[in-house]
Amino acid sequence: MAQFRLPANSKIKPGKNYPADNNVTNIRKFSVYRYDPDLTSNPTLDTYDVDMDTCGPMVLDALIKIKNEIDPTLTFRRSCREGICGSCAMNIDGVNTLACLKSAEKVGGVVKIYPLPHMPVVKDLVPDLTHFYAQYASVKPWLEANTPPPSDQERLQSKEDQEQINNPSACILCACCSTACPSYWWNSDRFLGPAALLQAYRWIVDSRDESTDERLDSLEDSFKLYRCHTILNCTQACPKDLNPAKAISEIKKLIARRDH
Amino acid sequence: MSKDYEFIDHSYDVIVVGAGGSGLRATLGLAEQGLTTACITKVFPTRSHTVAAQGGISAALGNMGEDDWRWHMYDTVKGSDWLGDQDAIEYMCKEAPASVVELEHYGVPFSRTEDGRIYQRPFGGMTTHFGEGTAQRTCAAADRTGHAMLHTLYQQSLKRDAKFFVEYFVIDLIIEEGGCRGVVALDLAEGRLHRFRSHIVILATGGYGRAYFSCTSAHICTGDGNAMAQRAGFPLQDLEFVQFHPTGIYGAGMLITEGSRGEGGYLTNSSEERFMERYAPNAKDLASRDVVSRSITIEIREGRGVGVDKDHVHLHLEHLGTDVIEERLPGIAETAKIFAGVDITKDPIPVLPTVHYNMGGVPTNYYGEVVSSDNVGDEYVVPGLMAVGEAACVSVHGANRLGSNSLIDLVVFGRAAAIRCGELISSGDKFAPFGKNAGQMAVERVDRLRHARGGSSTAKLRLEMQRVMQNHAAVFRTGESLQKGIDLLEPIFNAFSDVSVADRSLIWNTDLIETFELENLLLQAMGTIKSAAYRTESRGAQAREDYPERDDTNWMKHTLVWVNEDGEARFGNREVRMNTLTDDVETIPPKARTY
Repeated sequence: MAQFRLPANSKIKPGKNYPADNNVTNIRKFSVYRYDPDLTSNPTLDTYDVDMDTCGPMVLDALIKIKNEIDPTLTFRRSCREGICGSCAMNIDGVNTLACLKSAEKVGGVVKIYPLPHMPVVKDLVPDLTHFYAQYASVKPWLEANTPPPSDQERLQSKEDQEQINNPSACILCACCSTACPSYWWNSDRFLGPAALLQAYRWIVDSRDESTDERLDSLEDSFKLYRCHTILNCTQACPKDLNPAKAISEIKKLIARRDH
Repeated sequence: MSKDYEFIDHSYDVIVVGAGGSGLRATLGLAEQGLTTACITKVFPTRSHTVAAQGGISAALGNMGEDDWRWHMYDTVKGSDWLGDQDAIEYMCKEAPASVVELEHYGVPFSRTEDGRIYQRPFGGMTTHFGEGTAQRTCAAADRTGHAMLHTLYQQSLKRDAKFFVEYFVIDLIIEEGGCRGVVALDLAEGRLHRFRSHIVILATGGYGRAYFSCTSAHICTGDGNAMAQRAGFPLQDLEFVQFHPTGIYGAGMLITEGSRGEGGYLTNSSEERFMERYAPNAKDLASRDVVSRSITIEIREGRGVGVDKDHVHLHLEHLGTDVIEERLPGIAETAKIFAGVDITKDPIPVLPTVHYNMGGVPTNYYGEVVSSDNVGDEYVVPGLMAVGEAACVSVHGANRLGSNSLIDLVVFGRAAAIRCGELISSGDKFAPFGKNAGQMAVERVDRLRHARGGSSTAKLRLEMQRVMQNHAAVFRTGESLQKGIDLLEPIFNAFSDVSVADRSLIWNTDLIETFELENLLLQAMGTIKSAAYRTESRGAQAREDYPERDDTNWMKHTLVWVNEDGEARFGNREVRMNTLTDDVETIPPKARTY
């Protein structure tokens, strides 16, 4: 059950300021959520002045510059820096996105950076994604087919059938969508959330997969699937321009059609 | 040992370090055989760098025109500039079609042809009839083939219930009596040290692109396994061969796939000339990567670069039309827009050769078993240690890798390593107990670096190293520039003993992890630049202006390098394996390499 208020020890307190040197002219302020699991104190919002004349354009560039030059203790995930690995998902300027694809210029005023919302925080901008990954695994995101494939060649699939799975399979599991969903915030223990459901859909519509019925059976559940109330935050948040909301409504339609 | 560092002990038949394409394929194969397997990875599997591979995976399926694995083999040997081992190359090219079909059976969402087969596109250096025609051999899932492959392999691992240790950073190998007995890893989330005992450890830790300032490689590409092997006293092979991809985005370094040229893209200089026609009259823009990177570098050097500083060239895709771009290159369109501000349907992309791949790595045979060389130069197999993927030097890529041969390398040799493990061990084989000090070396490293209070930050030393490598171990090299680079790198290497770490915690201490990674990178940077100085010839990616010719008499051999903790390098050699594996194909004898 969701709590309406943050527990007292989760309230964010003002943190440290890291002013720029006097000779820096092109300053941008980045306010970053900090939480140190080794301390008993509350999380804070630390503010760093970054010299944008010597910084790359993206928010990830600024975070890396802060870590390299100002505060090496700042902790966040990052890897590919080109929007394909999904590591640097965070909440920037109130929106879940990938720091590597988010231009600092597109944010007005102080750039505020928080971890993905409503997830347990391990440290600073690193959320615990264990449950998110477990939900992904729970939809059996793999090909299920009893018919053996041809022994020495690929299964055939028409271009039209491939088109069905082309976009849904481009998900990078960054969790921007699920953690943007109020329904997921409320019921993430039982609602699978848009990311896992998009992957469920990806296999439901794969012409090579033969367990559509079982997949639909397992999703026909008032929580797993039907806690989606078409809020559409997921689709708005997706940094890869995918449409989990549509996938979810397609699953609902498939179940409705099947049951009638 | 302080309580901070008490080990949590585990035993598995096999430990796989790394969860990219090769690590996952190995893990999958091991799980299928019923061997208890732990895959230890510093990032969640689908965040490994394989995910960024774009253009495709090579295999002579012949879906879009005639093809033969022997032609693929010829191209690979020629691409390697005859430094590749022909037994391993035969194995890879012959196994490639079945390996790609297997990926499709696993569920990879490949793009399709009109008749429903796997779509294949032309790629650099890939020909038919031993260099005559252009092959369409590179199997693609749009321009995110690595993503499609990596996610599918992870999904198959989930299906088989493989055991993962995610966000665990492996510190070092445990070596006893000359063989590998396990690893020590730090669990980022809990900050605890784990000691894993196994019969075999498979290194699948990828390349070390981050030794350079500008690379297409992800931040995690720090070659941790290579460095572990070095610290354990094993050599690395052919480190001087660093691939510069011709088309990294100017300034930002992101990769623009060679598949963009496979689909018909081309390069131009400041006079809008398609200059590749001069350097490679037949293959043109689809010449091998080392050739295209050198050509671009010469154009820029001779004043024909584009832009204010005339320091890059243009890649044109606008003539391909919106349909082809949307269907075949959607990711490139997005990447160019975000990082270069270019609408590729209207304007060319500014590009520059950018560090992309390490042909060198831990030497192995074609089963994936690590080989070393003893005091008198005799080769032997290291008990309990294997390597696959970019971390390994099998060597199928020799002095230059062909585009789309990396993904096939991952699955073919990931699978081969798993099969070899099945031959070497059986589930239930007893583990010999660890010696008294097993893993102590790793504990000491953790403790030393966690409390390092020196004068230079990790980021500062890393940047200095990257700049030296960028400037002095570049596309073109001379003995002089390399020596200058060595002179500059040595003080940086030594300054690591004076590194400072600001974060003293154990939970998610990325300052500490980056410091381990820097130590790993420094070993490989030193090995790379010293190996480049050692090899006095030009071959593949090693272009020595003071030795412009390939010298088959003296240098048709692999470089082995041991870098010690003081940064000193010792060299040895391995013969290139010219004999093929079977009688199915003849040895491809060396000849002049033109495209």
